[in-house]
Amino acid sequence: MKILIILEDNNGKIHRMGLESIVAAQKIASGLNATIGVVVFGKNADALADEAANYQLEEVIKIKDSLLDNYSADGYAEAVKQVIEQEEPSYVLFGHSYQVRDYAPKVSAKLMKPFLVDNVAVKIANGKAVFTKQMFNAKLFSDIEPNGEGPYLISFQSAAFSSDAASKGSALIKEVSINLDSSMIKTESEPPFKEEAGGLDLTAADLIVSVGRGIGKEENIPIAQALATALGAELASSRPVVDAGWLPSAHQVGSSGQSVSPKMYLALGISGAIQHMVGMKGSKNIVAINKDPEAPIFDVADYGVVADVLELVPKLTEALQ
Amino acid sequence: MKIAVLVKQVPGSESPLPINSDHKWVDESAVSYIMNESDNYALEEALQIRESKGEGEVVVVSLGPVRIQKVIREALAKGADRAIHIQMDTVSEIDPLSTASYFVNALKEENFDLIFSGLQSDDVGMGQTGVLIGELMNMATASLAIKTEVGDGNIKVKRELEAGWFQWVTLSLPASISIQSGLNTPRYPSLKGIMGAKKKEIKVVEPNKNVAKQSLEKVYLPKSDKQTVMIEGSVDQMVEKLINTFRNDIKIF
Repeated sequence: MKILIILEDNNGKIHRMGLESIVAAQKIASGLNATIGVVVFGKNADALADEAANYQLEEVIKIKDSLLDNYSADGYAEAVKQVIEQEEPSYVLFGHSYQVRDYAPKVSAKLMKPFLVDNVAVKIANGKAVFTKQMFNAKLFSDIEPNGEGPYLISFQSAAFSSDAASKGSALIKEVSINLDSSMIKTESEPPFKEEAGGLDLTAADLIVSVGRGIGKEENIPIAQALATALGAELASSRPVVDAGWLPSAHQVGSSGQSVSPKMYLALGISGAIQHMVGMKGSKNIVAINKDPEAPIFDVADYGVVADVLELVPKLTEALQ
Repeated sequence: MKIAVLVKQVPGSESPLPINSDHKWVDESAVSYIMNESDNYALEEALQIRESKGEGEVVVVSLGPVRIQKVIREALAKGADRAIHIQMDTVSEIDPLSTASYFVNALKEENFDLIFSGLQSDDVGMGQTGVLIGELMNMATASLAIKTEVGDGNIKVKRELEAGWFQWVTLSLPASISIQSGLNTPRYPSLKGIMGAKKKEIKVVEPNKNVAKQSLEKVYLPKSDKQTVMIEGSVDQMVEKLINTFRNDIKIF
């Protein structure tokens, strides 16, 4: 049995989620007695292959094709489909990155094989793997099994595994070729660009007060700002607050915003959607104030307060002053 | 310009979610439902495109039991022209390839220029239906769209990448686009819209047969391995305890 991991390029280095996938693969491989190969492509394929060769893997599969130098959903999906057909793995693992969300479903449709997404854990029982996924905005967990013949495409949520746990070793690099044709690529992409985050670097903040939908309305934002000022903290937010236009996007923490790890992350009225949690669960101390005792944020919080933010926070600010 | 918008009815963020005794799903009779958040943005984007072009049709397409006609009516009240309801029981149905196949079957005769879907559903959150449908129908696809510009025979989409990066992608029509939340301000239905929606067509279609490629074995409450210290008492007591925690445990002052 073989497991393939599709590694993603992050400016010439293996994307952190790729290293986490190696940990997941090593866990599945030990339970199912499988070998692990990783696949690298794109303009930094050489550097990625060299980096991957330092891990305990059967082989590193490198694809060099100029049509893969820049990302396109069609090109990447076709390349992954062809390498799967050549290598015949039972499982194909991905990190659940934004890039993977964009192209991996196409691989699933091309092969008519299931794509089990955004898993937080894997269990091995009776010779098969069962995957655990959060559902209903992380309020419930579910166990999901792929059906029928493999290969099965599997992605893991950011930080589902610790990248430090990837076993080191040495792997051989082999180069394979695929047949890509520019007519397969139906889109025209411009170079990626970074938008000004408004000069707010939350990643360096020691203390963060973060506000979620539970603050109720734009007029209540000053309540959170006053607490942040009293604590000497930066003000951050979850995505819905930015979507509603209550705060500029520079304040957003989460998968599409900044990833932070302050000494204290004080979450006000944040329910704890997956997309938010991946950006803040590395905080040293998480304090959550939310009126819903079932809010998923309490699953990651070190300290929890079940209370109405609008009632508690002004009094807290006053007491701090 | 003919645009399909895929809309899903999902539990609201405050809805109770009692797990059934067989641990296969939640007790739907206890759930309060709303329109999936990113689908609402997708619908608004389609309506704005139709309005700016001054022509075209927006068709809302939804999959599920009879109860979902509430969100279909809501979409019609907001301005969608007509609807297709693929009527089926969706308890424990989580397989995205089957879901995509039901939609492809309902959409294929319609020759849409654009298929819009929300990025992911707030219930099972598979986040792939729009891309699967596009690929199965041999269309260009893009996900995580946060801006759209319809051109002549194409659509230009600003895609969100990670950590503050973006990219413009141009797709020839027909195309399937998954829309990220926040790219517009979804409207509320007007009274006139609500009245008008009653007269709009909802075509009910049967689902085709599919074999699920992935299945839900068990639903359960999260088991947290984190020991959360709960701070309790009256509001004044909670304030005092919080300040003590800041000082003595987290040591921020």
